[in-house]
Amino acid sequence: MTTTATPAAPATPADRPAPVDLTVTDDRHSRLYWAAADTWNVVRRSLTHFTRRPSFILWQLGFPIVSVLLYGYVFGGAMKPPGGGGSADYRDFLMPGMFVMTMAMGFMNTATGVVTDTTKGVVDRFRSMPMAPSAFVNGRGVTDVIIAAAELTILLLTALAMGWRSDGGLLAFLGAVGLLLWLRFALIWIGVWLGLLMPSPEAAGGLYGVAFPLTMVSSVFVAPSTMPDWLGAVAAWNPISSTASATRELFGNPVGADATWISQNAQLMAFVWPLVITAVFLPLAVRRFQRLSR
Amino acid sequence: MAPPPVAPPTQPAPTAPPAPAGDADHAVLARSMVKRYALKGGGEKRALDGLDLAVRRGTVHGLLGPNGAGKTTAVRALTTLIRFDSGAAVVAGTDVRRDPRGVRRRIGLAGQYAAVDELLTGRQNLEMFGRLFHLGGARARRRAAELLASFDLEAAADQGVSGYSGGMRRRLDLAASMILAPDVLFLDEPTTGLDPRGRGEVWDAVRALVADGTTVLLTTQYLDEADKLASRVTVIDRGRAIADDTPDGLKRTVGGERLEAVAAEPSGLAAVAEALARATGATPHTDHADRRVHAPVGPGTDGVAALTGAARALQESGTAIEDIGLRRPSLDDVFLRLTGRGAAEADTDADPTTPSDEKALRP
Repeated sequence: MTTTATPAAPATPADRPAPVDLTVTDDRHSRLYWAAADTWNVVRRSLTHFTRRPSFILWQLGFPIVSVLLYGYVFGGAMKPPGGGGSADYRDFLMPGMFVMTMAMGFMNTATGVVTDTTKGVVDRFRSMPMAPSAFVNGRGVTDVIIAAAELTILLLTALAMGWRSDGGLLAFLGAVGLLLWLRFALIWIGVWLGLLMPSPEAAGGLYGVAFPLTMVSSVFVAPSTMPDWLGAVAAWNPISSTASATRELFGNPVGADATWISQNAQLMAFVWPLVITAVFLPLAVRRFQRLSR
Repeated sequence: MAPPPVAPPTQPAPTAPPAPAGDADHAVLARSMVKRYALKGGGEKRALDGLDLAVRRGTVHGLLGPNGAGKTTAVRALTTLIRFDSGAAVVAGTDVRRDPRGVRRRIGLAGQYAAVDELLTGRQNLEMFGRLFHLGGARARRRAAELLASFDLEAAADQGVSGYSGGMRRRLDLAASMILAPDVLFLDEPTTGLDPRGRGEVWDAVRALVADGTTVLLTTQYLDEADKLASRVTVIDRGRAIADDTPDGLKRTVGGERLEAVAAEPSGLAAVAEALARATGATPHTDHADRRVHAPVGPGTDGVAALTGAARALQESGTAIEDIGLRRPSLDDVFLRLTGRGAAEADTDADPTTPSDEKALRP
């Protein structure tokens, strides 16, 4: 930091190379540039984890495949899709639900990643460095969207191999994928907020007990109209249901829609719900992050 | 503690309340720092209660105190991790409140946990932190190689950190905090939880840093660690400095080392006392109830020589003893002398949420 030699200082004649010039010229670039660069370096760190632990990839990407196979073939044979049809039609109904569930459960990855870094002091180290304060949270978010896109790709391929088809055309297909990632993006902020709230990575495991019923009480597996009235209403208004119904419509799969407003406006709500979640939890997560300096 | 001299401001007079000007002699200057926390159920705790601190450039300064005394809060406030409520602090010539980002460019921090990424290799960790310090890819790689060499981690550079020993992890943590060769390095309990070998490794690494001119502020609960590393020590209790001295000065306060022996039989006490008197040249004190005799080892006396001399004399005279040893003054002794309370007691004092009425807990 005190030396002013050029970065490309040639090695000294001796074997020992010249010490690295530690001059940092932050000011050559804007804050926005550094916020992006820092975010990318945090993302790179998380992606390097996968190269260090290939078993992570198996867990992260293998779990959705196993779920699809289990739900599709173990339960699927006994299930009928709303509106009639056989178990092959049920699998067409189920697949978008599985995509949504995988996106929805992803918030636990976010929470676990955040709480691990806060309790192990990594966040404190980042915060004591001259990097953009937002980079840690943003990096987590970008990483999770990248992982979600990879998960979704694998799931789509698995579904195709199982005979599932998207009949809605390319634009509708891309729209459905966009809605799925949009939901995942919104849930990042719940994950960050929870991760900053939790005392230990072990506690993050407990989220599973909450997340599982919350994703089940939805239209992921069955149409809400088959449930008791009160439960069906809860399931229908579950944000996950809107994304599930909207993607079913866009993929051209059985939807199981009924006459209720929430059911008739699935695509609108699949856009609105994540917006509401982001509007609520992004400020909460940011506030919680800033509270670290209290 | 003498207040450090205030240098004239080098910049145009500030409009805001005056900050203490940094000066060329001190790497850290803190004046009357206060950090309050609201307690559940009302009231507040002052984690820092008017802390004054002056750390001279190029030295290792120890911040010594029991758990809950405010050491970590002080480090977190000085390294911009938490905001403090009042007072002022200048670190590496930069005002902590006004220019936290400027402070972050000039400091390194190794906290209580080795904050390195377990899933990455040592090299990957240092390269990542180098890029986050804005060195750019090429320089980050070269700097990582340099630090791996100087912290003696080259052999394990490409192994995952999860396989590192405690001492190696701490050294990697130190290396990560040294990426920009900061003016001031903050070490929060750098050896807590390490075995003796790991402590030795970390101590050697810290000594090497200081030889290169880095100023180190280190917190510790151990008097011997402060003694081994620091040239000056601030003792902190309930969020304020209660002593500021050299380690020798502190030890003088508590009486330095003493030679202590326990006689096997009460009849042997006189012989033990005589042997200790001869070995130390001081008048021993005999505690008949414990059959324990102790004598101070003066600064001019070699403690180990006195110990072996006394042991040999007792063996030759056939006096049976249960125990003999050099007892070094502990943090507890320092605390007892400075506050009239033991360090463990100070610990519970510092946390008002701890139930003080122990009887209430008993059935």
